[in-house]
Amino acid sequence: MILNTREDLRLYRTQSQNKMKKEDCRILICAGTGCLAGGSAKIYESLKKMSADIEGVSLEFGPEAAHVGVHQSGCHGFCEMGPLVRIEPWNYLYIKVKEEDCEEIFQKTILKGEPVERLMYQQEGKVYPQQETIPFYAKQTRLVLKNCGHINAEDIEEYIACGGYEALEKVLFEMSGADVIEEILKSNLRGRGGGGFQTGYKWKQVARQPEQIRYIVCNGDEGDPGAFMDRSVMEGDPHKMLEGMVIAGYAVGAQEGYIYVRAEYPLAIKRLKIAIKQAEEAGLLGDNILGSGYSFRLHINRGAGAFVCGEGSALTASIEGERGMPRTKPPRTVEQGLFAKPTVLNNVETYANVPLIIKNGADWYLTIGTQGSPGTKAFALTGSVKNTGLIEVPMGTSLREIVFEIGGGIKNDADFKAVQIGGPSGGCLVTKDLDVNLDFDSLKKLGAMIGSGGLVVMDEGTCMVEVARFFMNFTQNESCGKCVPCREGTKRMLEVLERIVAGNGSLEDLSLLEELGDVISATALCGLGKSAALPVLSTLKNFHEEYVEHVEEKKCKTANCQAMRTYIINPDMCKGCSKCARNCPVNAINGQIKEVYTIDSIKCIKCGACLDNCPFNAIYIAG
Amino acid sequence: MNYITIDSKRVPIEGEKNVLSLIRKIGIDLPTFCYHSELSIYGACRMCVVEDERGNIFASCSEQPRPGMVIYTNTKRVQAYRKMIIELLLSSHCRDCTTCQKNGSCSLQDLAFRVGVHAVRFLNNKKQLPLDMSSPSIVRDPNKCILCGDCVRTCDEIQAVGAIDFAYRGSETQVMPAFNKTLAETDCVGCGQCAVVCPTAAISVRTNVTQVWNAIDDPNVRVVAQIAPAVRIAVGDSFNIAKGENSFGKLVAALRFMGFDSIYDTSFAADLTVMEESKELAERLEKNEKLPLFTSCCPGWVKFCESRYPEFANNISTCRSPQGMFSPLLKEYFKEKDTEEGKKTIVVSIMPCTAKKGEILRSDNYTDGQQDTDYVLTTQEIIRMIKQVGIRFDQLEEEAADMPFAVASGGGKIFGTTGGVTEAVLRRLATDKNYKNLEEISYIGVRGEDTLKEASVMLGDREVKIAVVHGLAATAKLLDRIKANEVSYDFVEVMACRRGCIMGGGQPPFAGARTRKSRMEGIYKVDTSSNIRYPDENPVLIQMYDTMLKGKEHKLFHRNMQH
Repeated sequence: MILNTREDLRLYRTQSQNKMKKEDCRILICAGTGCLAGGSAKIYESLKKMSADIEGVSLEFGPEAAHVGVHQSGCHGFCEMGPLVRIEPWNYLYIKVKEEDCEEIFQKTILKGEPVERLMYQQEGKVYPQQETIPFYAKQTRLVLKNCGHINAEDIEEYIACGGYEALEKVLFEMSGADVIEEILKSNLRGRGGGGFQTGYKWKQVARQPEQIRYIVCNGDEGDPGAFMDRSVMEGDPHKMLEGMVIAGYAVGAQEGYIYVRAEYPLAIKRLKIAIKQAEEAGLLGDNILGSGYSFRLHINRGAGAFVCGEGSALTASIEGERGMPRTKPPRTVEQGLFAKPTVLNNVETYANVPLIIKNGADWYLTIGTQGSPGTKAFALTGSVKNTGLIEVPMGTSLREIVFEIGGGIKNDADFKAVQIGGPSGGCLVTKDLDVNLDFDSLKKLGAMIGSGGLVVMDEGTCMVEVARFFMNFTQNESCGKCVPCREGTKRMLEVLERIVAGNGSLEDLSLLEELGDVISATALCGLGKSAALPVLSTLKNFHEEYVEHVEEKKCKTANCQAMRTYIINPDMCKGCSKCARNCPVNAINGQIKEVYTIDSIKCIKCGACLDNCPFNAIYIAG
Repeated sequence: MNYITIDSKRVPIEGEKNVLSLIRKIGIDLPTFCYHSELSIYGACRMCVVEDERGNIFASCSEQPRPGMVIYTNTKRVQAYRKMIIELLLSSHCRDCTTCQKNGSCSLQDLAFRVGVHAVRFLNNKKQLPLDMSSPSIVRDPNKCILCGDCVRTCDEIQAVGAIDFAYRGSETQVMPAFNKTLAETDCVGCGQCAVVCPTAAISVRTNVTQVWNAIDDPNVRVVAQIAPAVRIAVGDSFNIAKGENSFGKLVAALRFMGFDSIYDTSFAADLTVMEESKELAERLEKNEKLPLFTSCCPGWVKFCESRYPEFANNISTCRSPQGMFSPLLKEYFKEKDTEEGKKTIVVSIMPCTAKKGEILRSDNYTDGQQDTDYVLTTQEIIRMIKQVGIRFDQLEEEAADMPFAVASGGGKIFGTTGGVTEAVLRRLATDKNYKNLEEISYIGVRGEDTLKEASVMLGDREVKIAVVHGLAATAKLLDRIKANEVSYDFVEVMACRRGCIMGGGQPPFAGARTRKSRMEGIYKVDTSSNIRYPDENPVLIQMYDTMLKGKEHKLFHRNMQH
């Protein structure tokens, strides 16, 4: 079916809305990558099968007759509690659902509308039946992620029913390209990929290039460890991003667009392909969209797993079939980007913001977030926090709200230590930064960056030197090898850090790290290189005493650093069973049966076999 | 206010594309590894970083000059950064300088000294990688590579061959052929331009010095040398002789000193080439077939044509190159004497070219099943041999080459630069062998540095259209246009290396703009100071055609092509 006019789309929207309304009971099973891994596909099959008997048939349960719709939705965000099942119209959210729970869900909720309390989220003894009341959700402002978890991501009808493509409609029939750019400029939408560059200004620059062939490129190469915001949008609400791209294309006069998705996101690629196909079939992509005379085509490019391809010029090189390496600028991407043509390059979340701004106006958008950074930001909340998952909050929300209110505090009620923000390109925020309002500018001042939105929470049991080593290991592995400071410098920084966590560091090593970090930050070729040393420099600044302890006293108080651990047998608990001694690969444990055993710390290789094997928990680690 | 301020000095912007050019314009030799004015900007070595008045650091090679900019090239910070960059490079680099081929002419060594790196704080734990010895022309030693990418861009942008590129990533990155292949398995033409731009010994000339010394030391072997035109104006570079000056006489003296038995001038064979190629051109013009006729002197070009444009392979002249003609002629000349004396003649050619090392192995450079040229020594190698012996080259008395092949026309000598072959052929075709014609031919448009030069001459009542092209990328562009029927020519001279043999892969490297200019001027000076200017007026040649060469032209001078 092709929608040839604006009226066609409006009619189709009404029809779709009616169709959705007919489903008096909507079951949305999360089919995001996390929940799928938790077995949500089986839950879907099971509920679908059970409901099949009654689908489309009037069935008495409760006061009304109902149609049941069983759908696989995108990520609901509350990944810690997956697999998740949402049941409308009651908005029940069932957590940690197993296949065996389906029967009860069917019998109680679907047939009778009754809640299954044991599957509901509970906090401090209180049961939260509705999804919206759960503190994790209640504190969020979900605009970009609004549809994620609420609609079937593989069905364009549902997107359209929820107001999808209204913005495109408005743009095509009521606005000129310049109007669109003006509106985006006015909204002060800033790029969600990390840099925070003004989107409208970028578009304006592309629009004024003399070259008429222009491209729209979407950066879906989300490579930061622990970040999955873009993946969730692509998996949960792909049309929102597509709509944003078509609007961008219209604004700058581009006819073609490319979506660069990392190959590790097969589900996102699958859903994007379905979305593109459905949009093409509906006449919302391709030639003469809605009869407006505007044509736009979209292609998907899969990345091959290089982190550096998230950098603009490396990404365009990769699409062109070249080696994914950043190049020097100028010329900038807006002048000569993909195939040396003017190119708009934004990330997934940025494009997904565009329809919202167009539909509701820039003035509305400016009421959300802070003055300098309006709108919301999606974060992937991970690490030692109770409620890990995907969240969306207005810009300017404090770290404290995110970690302690939405995130529910630190796991096992341990003490908060730090948050690594912005992944391997970012820095760490510490206790004193908890009340800082997170936005592009405030973080920059703290030597960190929002980055794409990864938030890794760390508790007091985390060794910051080890954290720095971890990120440096990542960056060093992902360095493209082009410029000397990044290629050789990260390698040497990693070596120094490895030396420190192995207990062989010295005070000179700390100044060497600072020296190397300075050279890399100042002289590296691309943004990734320039920020490669940030995690190290920022932990060095905030946790200097921890580094000093490692090199001076050869001590890691968190006992994270294997080489600095001391395994000790508690004489009060040891029963002299000899199991530890028998399992020690280097014969470092001595003793007599039924007497207390001791570990020779010089021979010990800190493998932990004794601790794992002790039946009496008599062995502990001292930092 | 169209100027920028560099170290408190006002520097006018006069069309420079980057800040680095402005810095160099005022005489500051800001160090770089990856910047070459003829290549695209790569920005990888970060040595050219400068600081602006706000403390921003940027690479000057990739920064456009903006009026009013204020930059400093030697602040404490940038000095420290450069020093660290070199230290980092050295940390993963083989540091056996004393035994390295490039000792004394290595940019890394030079810059390490200049920026004052006296110790390296990091351990070199890089895995030793095997050398690629598959090519007869060049050797690739990945252990000495600093990944500046100059070779990659030269091979791709200047030569359109693209035999090498980056593989792997991060600190594992290597410059190598695709799919772990060896150079011999690629379309590498052996031009050696990668070795010319390589700042270290990561790509170097494959050397035959040891074999030649062994031959010289063997009493049963007669070692005969032929010296190519372009060698004479570059060999003096390393011995305090002015750039571009003709050192042929000194080189002959040096070779005699080293023990070569006979020394000849390849320009004699260039005259032969002119005779044969002109004949071929006339024949083809008459029959109007296989046009344009492409020259065959350059082995890099011949190989490029065969692998990338096989449809033009039959258009290449069947003439062997001057080297390829001379060696069988020399062996023929010594044949009887060898039998009498119970000796074996070995021909060593001294060339500006690395591709010549590959040419001698081709089956069309064999006569009676024997390899014609035994060894090729590049200018670089002969310099090394002279230094080995300790000859004070600049103080040598000039000596003449051996007769009878010491006589060559100026036409044969300008083969060493782009347009030279064409000019010599035009001299041959000229009806009046007077001075005025010489002048006219020199102004016809075949001289100079332009990558594509066009000219036309009247031959009888036929207009002969000529193109002269150098650099294989420019050549590929021209061939594409010929294929698309956008242009048509009767005669096309191709040299694989930009500016021809004077800038060959075997010449002393790091030749800047001034050296390039003086080499070209030098070669034309060699021509003007020759007694004979027209190749067909070479008396030895004329006599030989009537005697020794009679009936043997095809066997000795032409490639046995499969047509």
